[in-house]
Amino acid sequence: MIDIKNIKRWSVFICLCVAALSFLYPFYWMLLASLTPEKNIGSLGLLPHDVTLDNYTQMMAKIPIGRALLNSTIVALCTTFGVIISGAMAGYALAKLQFKGKNILFFAILFTMTLPFQITLIPNYILMVKLNWVDTLAALVIPGLNNAFAILLFRQAFKNLPDVLIHAARVDGCNEWRIVFQILMPNVIPTVITIGIITFMNSWNEVMWPLIVIRNEALMTMPQMVTLFAVGGRAEAQLGVKLAAAVLLALPVIVAYTIFQKHFIRSMATSGLKD
Amino acid sequence: MTQENHKKRWHKKSWTAYLMIAPYLLHLMAFVCFPVVFSIILTFHKWNIISPMEYIGFENYRHLWHDRLFWKAVINTLFFLVVHIPLQVVIALALAYFLNRKILFRAFFRASFFMPVVVSGVVITIMWQQLYGLETGVLNGLLHSIGLDRVEWLSNPSIAMISLAIMATWKNVGLYIILFLVGLQTVPISHYEAAEVEGASDWQQFRYITLPAINPTVFLVFILSTIGGFSLFIEPYIMTDGGPLNSTLSAMLYIYRQAFGYYHMGYATTLGLCFAIMILIVVAIQKKYIESND
Repeated sequence: MIDIKNIKRWSVFICLCVAALSFLYPFYWMLLASLTPEKNIGSLGLLPHDVTLDNYTQMMAKIPIGRALLNSTIVALCTTFGVIISGAMAGYALAKLQFKGKNILFFAILFTMTLPFQITLIPNYILMVKLNWVDTLAALVIPGLNNAFAILLFRQAFKNLPDVLIHAARVDGCNEWRIVFQILMPNVIPTVITIGIITFMNSWNEVMWPLIVIRNEALMTMPQMVTLFAVGGRAEAQLGVKLAAAVLLALPVIVAYTIFQKHFIRSMATSGLKD
Repeated sequence: MTQENHKKRWHKKSWTAYLMIAPYLLHLMAFVCFPVVFSIILTFHKWNIISPMEYIGFENYRHLWHDRLFWKAVINTLFFLVVHIPLQVVIALALAYFLNRKILFRAFFRASFFMPVVVSGVVITIMWQQLYGLETGVLNGLLHSIGLDRVEWLSNPSIAMISLAIMATWKNVGLYIILFLVGLQTVPISHYEAAEVEGASDWQQFRYITLPAINPTVFLVFILSTIGGFSLFIEPYIMTDGGPLNSTLSAMLYIYRQAFGYYHMGYATTLGLCFAIMILIVVAIQKKYIESND
């Protein structure tokens, strides 16, 4: 007898397999092509053939990709650190302290989250010009140092902690700064991880802002450099070197994602649910 | 005395509170409040940053009204959304629906659908540019092998924007699968069991139990995709440079060109303001429509 339930289950399973293949194969193809000599990319099979690092050595000779990797890492780390520190401070003030203008501040934060960035982009660029920050790492880090979403997440997390924790610390003579960073922060590690991942990823993958404020090659971030390499003439219409650059840009993120997959998915789903 | 003491302590604490929000406030003033005010002022001026600002009244707005490329970018963006949003909702919902059960390799499927979400749009675009290749592209190879004609994914003006919409769907759909899964899991299994007993078909169960539960998520997909559509930049920048025949000129790409190609700061700001207002209008319409659908 044919079991309808079983047929249904298997067809769902096959659908999912085909879908998974369509999401993973392009990455595999890119990796394979980047390891293949230029003339063979057109006739690429499913398995590696003639593996070579030629494309990578050529690409590294054309652009200072190592320098870009360093810049991207510095920018993303500084931004993430700053967002966590300032977000925790403001989040704590909103959750547990009393001060005049608290409600206004809260609405200001909500308002900035709904404000489309198309409005502020050009004035912010002009600000960079007037501050002489064009072609400095400050232009990449400082405008990104505060994040309304991080403040709201910290506020929510701190709100859920009992006041007793704070009172006890105050009785012990802790000042408010130590309360935030030494007493409360260790209790909201999942929130810190969420904000850390979202901020780091956004900073790492950001490309339009660097394209606008950085012209000096020594200060370019990795996505920016790979973009300019791909659209400019320096790849000399060679597909392999372009793909090699793209692989190097994707690799750190994919490795981190494979290891901390659950954290990534949970964090980024939180950022989608913010509204 | 104790009253006095209490007051003093309170003052000290509120002083600390102001210090704690100071970094955020400074940042808000410099990078949000000032830019918003300044952008409104800029829309009434002509300025290339170097020479002095020149007041020109409503000239930028008048120019925008008659600017063919502005309207082209608006239509392109709306067209992108019309293709992208339904595709996104249907695929995300279908895959989430399939994943919302005990199935072999569930975690693996979820992880692979989510992979493009974490990878830079630059990588995705460079990759898809090759997949879309006319002669050597993987997609056309696939079509050719099953006997279909090759498609001019990026060189045909009436197809290029659809190609970008497909790629954007592929990149983002993993996020929406997760969001739909969260929505689906809010429905208690007992509801389905009760429906089963009553003899409801799969479709009826989906229509009357599942769909109402995920309506808020559908709205979220609409908002986020709309914002994404109006921010579409790096994809056309790398892949098509707005072509062919401006068919993939996106809102953001046009702002970028006006501002950083021609240094028309006043006009580019006017464009930004108008596109931002459009985002708010489109989202408001969607909100009204989806809520009335409840």
